[in-house]
Amino acid sequence: MTPLHWRSAAEIAAQVAAREVSAVEVTRAHLDRIAALDRRLGCYLLVDGDGALAQAAAVDRAIAAGDSPGLLAGVPVGLKDLLVTEGVATTAGSKILAGFIPPYDGTAVARLRQAGAVILGKLNMDEFAMGSSTENSAFGPVRNPWDESRVPGGSSGGSAAAVAAGLCAVALGTDTGGSIRQPAALSGVVGLKPTYGRVSRHGVIAFASSLDQVGPLARTVEDCALTLEAIAGHDPKDATSIDAPVPRYRDACTAAAADLSGLRVGVPEEFFAAGLDPEIERLVRAAIAKLADLGARVVPASLPNSEHSLATYYLVATAEASSNLARYDGVRYGLRVRDPGDDLNTMYQKSRAAGFGTEVKRRIMLGTYALRAGYYDAYYLRAQKVRALIKRDFDRAFATCDVIATPTSPIPAFRLGDRTEDPLAMYLADIYTISCNLAGLPGLSVPCGFTTSNTLPTGLQLLGPPLGESTVLRVAAAYQRATDWHTRHPPGAERSTP
Amino acid sequence: MTPYESVIGLECHVQLATHSKIFSGASASFGGAPNTYTDPYTLALPGTLPVLNRRAVACALKMSLATGCTIRRVSRFARKHYFYPDLPKGYQISQYDEPIAEHGRIDFLLDGTPRAVRLTRIHMEEDAGKSTHVAGAAYSLVDLNRAGVPLIEVVSEPDLRSAKEAAEYLRAIRQLVRYLGICDGNMEEGSLRCDANVSIRPVGDVAYGTRTELKNMNSFKHVQAAIEYEVARQTEVLESGQRVVQETRLWDEGRGTSHPMRSKEQAHDYRYFPEPDLPPLVVTEAEIEALRSSLPELPLARRARFMDRLGLSPQDAALLTAEREIADYYEQVVAAGPSCDPKRAANWVGGELLRELHRDERPIAQSPVSPTALAELIALVAGGTISGKIAKDVLATMYASGESSKEIVAREGLLQVSDESELLRVCQKVIEANPKQVEKFRGGNDKLLGFFVGQAMKETGGRAHPERVNQILRRLLA
Amino acid sequence: MKITRDEVRATAALARLALTDEEITRLTRELDAILVYMEKLAAVDVEGIEPMTHAVALACPLREDALGPQLTVEKALADAPASEDGCFLVPRIIAHDKEA
Repeated sequence: MTPLHWRSAAEIAAQVAAREVSAVEVTRAHLDRIAALDRRLGCYLLVDGDGALAQAAAVDRAIAAGDSPGLLAGVPVGLKDLLVTEGVATTAGSKILAGFIPPYDGTAVARLRQAGAVILGKLNMDEFAMGSSTENSAFGPVRNPWDESRVPGGSSGGSAAAVAAGLCAVALGTDTGGSIRQPAALSGVVGLKPTYGRVSRHGVIAFASSLDQVGPLARTVEDCALTLEAIAGHDPKDATSIDAPVPRYRDACTAAAADLSGLRVGVPEEFFAAGLDPEIERLVRAAIAKLADLGARVVPASLPNSEHSLATYYLVATAEASSNLARYDGVRYGLRVRDPGDDLNTMYQKSRAAGFGTEVKRRIMLGTYALRAGYYDAYYLRAQKVRALIKRDFDRAFATCDVIATPTSPIPAFRLGDRTEDPLAMYLADIYTISCNLAGLPGLSVPCGFTTSNTLPTGLQLLGPPLGESTVLRVAAAYQRATDWHTRHPPGAERSTP
Repeated sequence: MTPYESVIGLECHVQLATHSKIFSGASASFGGAPNTYTDPYTLALPGTLPVLNRRAVACALKMSLATGCTIRRVSRFARKHYFYPDLPKGYQISQYDEPIAEHGRIDFLLDGTPRAVRLTRIHMEEDAGKSTHVAGAAYSLVDLNRAGVPLIEVVSEPDLRSAKEAAEYLRAIRQLVRYLGICDGNMEEGSLRCDANVSIRPVGDVAYGTRTELKNMNSFKHVQAAIEYEVARQTEVLESGQRVVQETRLWDEGRGTSHPMRSKEQAHDYRYFPEPDLPPLVVTEAEIEALRSSLPELPLARRARFMDRLGLSPQDAALLTAEREIADYYEQVVAAGPSCDPKRAANWVGGELLRELHRDERPIAQSPVSPTALAELIALVAGGTISGKIAKDVLATMYASGESSKEIVAREGLLQVSDESELLRVCQKVIEANPKQVEKFRGGNDKLLGFFVGQAMKETGGRAHPERVNQILRRLLA
Repeated sequence: MKITRDEVRATAALARLALTDEEITRLTRELDAILVYMEKLAAVDVEGIEPMTHAVALACPLREDALGPQLTVEKALADAPASEDGCFLVPRIIAHDKEA
């Protein structure tokens, strides 16, 4: 019998619905495990034990009363702390939100609750989702469960590590330039960034508004599909939300859908260029060969402007971030630093200097600079135009293929502290994930093997056309059916099972 | 002394009459206790997003159509950044290089002469909150009730040439927005605000002089006074051989002077960029046509019609079209009585009725005397049932009690006496009672006829038909 | 050099960030390196390309003009570092602070 903490969300929901196990039992098992393991890993910023048990009890009661169980009945979920939760402290990984207790739930969170999910707590992250290693959290780093001397990736590092270590069945993360997919790859779990507008951004603390998306991380593709089904869909509270019906994404993960005959997998050679770890290249190419075994036709794809994506991304994202973070001024909520006699501007400057970490300040500075009169045309406006070219590349590529397959990250999990001194080197960790956000496309990372040198997980990235989540999920689920990478657990987490 | 010409452009902020704010469901009402009209978006809580108010867009489009603007089928919102405690997000959502409407004009009359001022643009934006500087204290207080209330900014070309013209232009805007029902136009409460850009140049010059921006003028009177002051000040500066400094100046109502805002340490840089949270605003032809057909007749057109079709004097027509509700009321009076003479109705509405309403500061929409009731009263006078003099008293009673004119006339026995034998009896009585005056009249003092008429009117409680009495008296005294 | 210390200082003032001299030195160096990297965009031919402001082309949806849930003044001020008389309290504002 699989221990509760390694069961998938699909299994838990079915068993809770059938009253084979209670939501309270599942929740307790996870809370116990968090208590035992998380001191070391640092995934959770806040564990809402009482709240979770109360939700679980409510789910059990509703099912006992004959209510139809939700899609995620009794599934223990962790939330990246960028997602606003009513009455539960929300920090965005930043000191500047010290003491902030939101008076409302975001839409994705509310939909999770409606689906019967049990929210265990809030997960660690790079401050304001700015980072690729979770070392930029104001509250300490997260350790990679596969090798605790290494980072889990970021910015949704707490989400990825918690899922990998069995500290929740599913986590929500956010992805602005790869912040779901890159940590999923580095931590050996599945991570899905939906099409921009597929999941509401209402209640998601903004980093870069035109790029941010919420999405699930889980150990199986099917769990990502289930979770997406629960949280996706039009939201009148988000003007950029797409008004399109939500399909039964889980249908893309069935055995019947696993035959990939006729499906065209595009492989852009631009994503296998210098800087790619040779072991990762080997594993990703092997994974693509596996897709061919499953019936898919592998075709070349060309994304010539992807070499500009990193520069484009860091202009667009930092410009928007510098604007989105202007509201943290110590007036209505959050940190205020003021010495006697300080005037208003000094209060602003001290509060923001003390509240924001180094990377956030760097990006605010870059973004502010890029928007300044005299620089706008050369930087921001030009980046928006190159962004259009990047999007156009994808439109053309998807005319001749159904999904695009690439590595998720050029490198496996690196050691804590290895890249903190060189911001550009850190930015390069996102090189393969960024263009998907710029183009607004769905992208998924699925585990595709381990490096032989140090047994670190590797991810295959699958990109689809707008609203092509079902296709991406179908390919990933078929791959997962044909492989067993996802059945392995981090040795440390396995040993520590309470 | 060089003769100078003033060059003035106005930027008017018009608060749109919506229930909720431009980007959220918080109340857009005026005057609640501080911070009672807020929601998470108004406070710029993390994770909140703007969703555009349909009615605010409709209001902006109505103004754009009424001023003949070219409406952009696709317009965009942009973020304008600056730090200030009354600006919760650290940026204002406004429109920048693609506003909803451009190239319009405002027509108005300056001393009876038609004037047209070109509009550069109309754009939509959100209002800021309010900070109160606590006298003597080391702190200020911030109320966000007003933050997020929808505004349109109406920007004119520098076409205005005098302070008085600027004030008339502003009155025309106020009249227009009230006609359109998109703003109450209340300058004291700040629902209509304006900044003025003022420069002067030697008459005949084409190039503009250096301009200053005037802020903080809360009434038509102050707009005019502040511009007059500024024109005089700039004239003095130039006459003394100095240069006008480009600056923003605050009008001090109490002192009747303006002073510059302290010079900024660095130029402001608003860092505009397209608002990523709001897709472009698309306006369809059908929406524009639907709004166009819903527009009311505009003030100048209505005034012209009242003159041409109803034969009113320019003064009466202007008075009766000053407010859409007054014009509507007036037209209802005219329509209510088939025999209701438009000019006579104009006198009643523009005279007695407005006087009563004005005294009570009551809007005409809340007049206790309905248009039909007033039409009835006018008909009673026209038909000779009551005298015009009595009718004024009757109107006062109607206004106070809400009764109909017929009820009052019947109860108080105010029917006009036109019966020949009755009038003859009254006149004979008056003559018999005043033998001395009769003697003087017959001796050639014609002016005494008025005395006899007055006595006859007094005898009948004012109900005697004045012309008939006149005739009878002349006959009897002859 | 793509960016000078003075520009870094001016940018920090715009962004309301108090920076130490060391931070300014470090940021000048880092931002310069990043901006040099960004230079590659200058070579891209973007003639006639419309800037892409949104990831998905949508038209702005409109909301009916109706009141939603309002916060009570207590809730509105609950997270405020300082408040008084139902208002957010800030250091004294002088008119020129705005837009500085």
